[in-house]
Amino acid sequence: MTALTGTRGLARLILRRDRVLLPLWIVFLGIIPVSYVASINELFPTAALRAGYASASARNAGFVVLYGPLDGSSIGELVAWRAGFVPVVIGLISILTVIRHTRTEEETGRRELLGSTVVGRHAGLAAALIVTFCADLLLGVVLAGGMIGQGLPAGGSWAFGLEFALIGWVFAAVGAVAAQLSGGAGGARGIAIGVLGAAYLLRVVGDVSGLSSGPVSWLSWLSPIGWVHRIRPYGDEQAWPAVLAVALTAVLAAAAVALSARRDLGAGVLPPRLGPADGAPALRSPLALAWRLHRSLLAAWVATFVALGAVLGYLADGVGDIVDASPEMKQVLGRMGGANGLIDSYLAGIVGLLGMVAGGYAVQAALRMRAEESAGRAEPVLSTAVSRVRWAGSHIVFSLLGPAAALVAGGLAMGLAHGLNTGDAGRQVPRVLAGALVQLPAVWVLAAVTIALAGALPRLAAAGWGALAICLLAGLVGTAVGLDQRLLDVSPFTHLPHVPGSPVSAVPLLWLTAVAVALGVAGLAALRRRDVPVV
Amino acid sequence: MNDAISATGLVKTFGPTRALDGLDLAVRTGEVHGFLGPNGAGKSTTIRVLLGMLRADAGTVRLLGGDPWAQATELHRRLAYVPGDVTLWPNLSGGEVIDLLGRMRGGLDKRRRDDLLKRFDLDPRKKGRAYSKGNRQKVALVAALASDVELLLLDEPTSGLDPLMEEAFRDVVREERRRGDRTVLLSSHILSEVEELCDRVTIIRDGRAVETGSLADLRHLTRTSIQAELAGPVDGLAGLPGVHDLRADGATVRFDVDSAALDPALRHLTAVGVRSLVSRPPTLEELFLRHYDRGPADGEAATAEAAR
Repeated sequence: MTALTGTRGLARLILRRDRVLLPLWIVFLGIIPVSYVASINELFPTAALRAGYASASARNAGFVVLYGPLDGSSIGELVAWRAGFVPVVIGLISILTVIRHTRTEEETGRRELLGSTVVGRHAGLAAALIVTFCADLLLGVVLAGGMIGQGLPAGGSWAFGLEFALIGWVFAAVGAVAAQLSGGAGGARGIAIGVLGAAYLLRVVGDVSGLSSGPVSWLSWLSPIGWVHRIRPYGDEQAWPAVLAVALTAVLAAAAVALSARRDLGAGVLPPRLGPADGAPALRSPLALAWRLHRSLLAAWVATFVALGAVLGYLADGVGDIVDASPEMKQVLGRMGGANGLIDSYLAGIVGLLGMVAGGYAVQAALRMRAEESAGRAEPVLSTAVSRVRWAGSHIVFSLLGPAAALVAGGLAMGLAHGLNTGDAGRQVPRVLAGALVQLPAVWVLAAVTIALAGALPRLAAAGWGALAICLLAGLVGTAVGLDQRLLDVSPFTHLPHVPGSPVSAVPLLWLTAVAVALGVAGLAALRRRDVPVV
Repeated sequence: MNDAISATGLVKTFGPTRALDGLDLAVRTGEVHGFLGPNGAGKSTTIRVLLGMLRADAGTVRLLGGDPWAQATELHRRLAYVPGDVTLWPNLSGGEVIDLLGRMRGGLDKRRRDDLLKRFDLDPRKKGRAYSKGNRQKVALVAALASDVELLLLDEPTSGLDPLMEEAFRDVVREERRRGDRTVLLSSHILSEVEELCDRVTIIRDGRAVETGSLADLRHLTRTSIQAELAGPVDGLAGLPGVHDLRADGATVRFDVDSAALDPALRHLTAVGVRSLVSRPPTLEELFLRHYDRGPADGEAATAEAAR
């Protein structure tokens, strides 16, 4: 028996378990950029229009933050640029897939069950990596095929597919290393997603600095996300970033194998620490328990929001530079309120984005409650003198106030960074903070949808992510591809006032809060009536 | 109120599965009650109904004089529960979990907690993710046993414990039984454990209680094995009611006999003349196997029901 015996069987097991999820994200993420082709063709039918749009967009810091640098104005280049955030999502999904089939398996003891059969020591790791690599590759093929089908050049389309596949490879390997380092799946995900976040941040700072030939533009070269953008599909296609990405993947995968050979099953490379022998006096309520379960998540989100807010706020002032750069744009933007109007709309757009990201945190925190139940950890608590509503409430508090804390922190950091940059902190901090706070009712609706699902349809609670996906779809691509207004209205974020820039109207905020309260109460009422635990 | 737990006609279905099918259960205050049954018989479902986690589809249930569904929170102050499959929070130490659960229940005896930790040889500083199955079980056991409560619901508490720790557990329960101020419902499929610790036993199968009573009561329903060397060959023994599996080898006979038919069978033997006699008393194990074995046991269980 070699270290890889049984890899094929384990790979088939992964395919069987992910038979719905895997094809779903392969097709969904592969098709998104293809759908941009028609909308860009429609919005900018001539080469001149495209060139105008490209020259303005290429200098827009907000766009560069989201999508990366833009170097040309052909349809292919615009589409590839517009899909510049998708690689981050592919990286995230590749991380989650690998960890789900390695560290999570070990943590739950299923790995041990399989390990006692004829399975080699590295088979689990190899199977998870092989399946994820193949899925990423398939995604690239779907994308390339779709683009060729839309009449785009074959060479560029394959390069585009390679860009998406390779970023998945790199982060699948990052996930594999993280799975060896930490003894728990949660810790492993934290490490790997932290690396992804750092790679994104490096790219953002580097690319934005590159807009003005700034001193730190080289930072993009440290980020695998920066590399794959530089494959430049449909432009002057480059091979070396692909080589770099493949090499990094190989190094990381080898490191993961080496680490896995050095550790015991179930253990991490990082040693587990001992805890206190007694509970602190305050550890006596479900809320105290929830604090222990949510605090590191809360800290991570607040830190992320502070970092994002500071960077994005600092960049805001540069958005106005476009006005000086191009006279035609000046005319258009003059109607929008000049440079200040442009900066405000950038700030409002960014806090809107932060709002949707905070919605992800709200869903994640609310799903912790469900995870506690399905893992059997709700039962010991509910068998004490703690009512179901009190138990659920302890998690709901974090799902409502956690995103609020993150948005306040992010809004403050963003307002301060922008304010200090422009020497107008006294005015900018409250404006930007207000913009961040306005997001809360919509964030709470997402939390409440998840709570209602966890209460009434516990097995479908993960559909809370689907609600977030609808909001992202409506908010990020809905207007670009011209979705029906009724579909856009489904997203609570559609109804928020654009602050700063427009006046704050209380009516939609109150309505959204009322919807959130109604959904939350319905979820709790259902939870009181149903069987617990539903596994 | 004499019974700590009384349930009649409990029915609980999960989709097409009928987990409880008219279950009756009575646990007297102050006793250690064994709850025996094979995997999937409905033991854990029953305990969850008693805890008010699951709502029974039919039947009535009273626990400590209250309704476990409607008054769950109040009743839970007076009981402690050890689940069959203990999962702990990965980032909380065992000691923290014990204190937290005890405090949420309404109180923990600190001296008893430390004593139990020593007896179960448990390091309370380890984090939940670092414990083995047996050690997780111990954390839940210490939390329950050190709590200041009247009723303990223990769902297969020794699964995962090594023999040494199983013995420590038995010691602790024996002490509880001697003090007699707590009621214990102990679900198990380990016979020796139940035989040793319990005052009364309920055997459940396919969601129904098939036997219930003290161990002495239940033995009446079982057969005694007889091996006798007689003065001469015996006739007509096979024809006696309640005699089974008769094997005669000249003057030596072996057979099993229902407890109710023991007297006439022995008379029959002494009429011939007995030189030696070995009688083996029924074990709970035999009783248990009769109810576990799905094949012919059905018919026999029916006879046992009829015999009552």
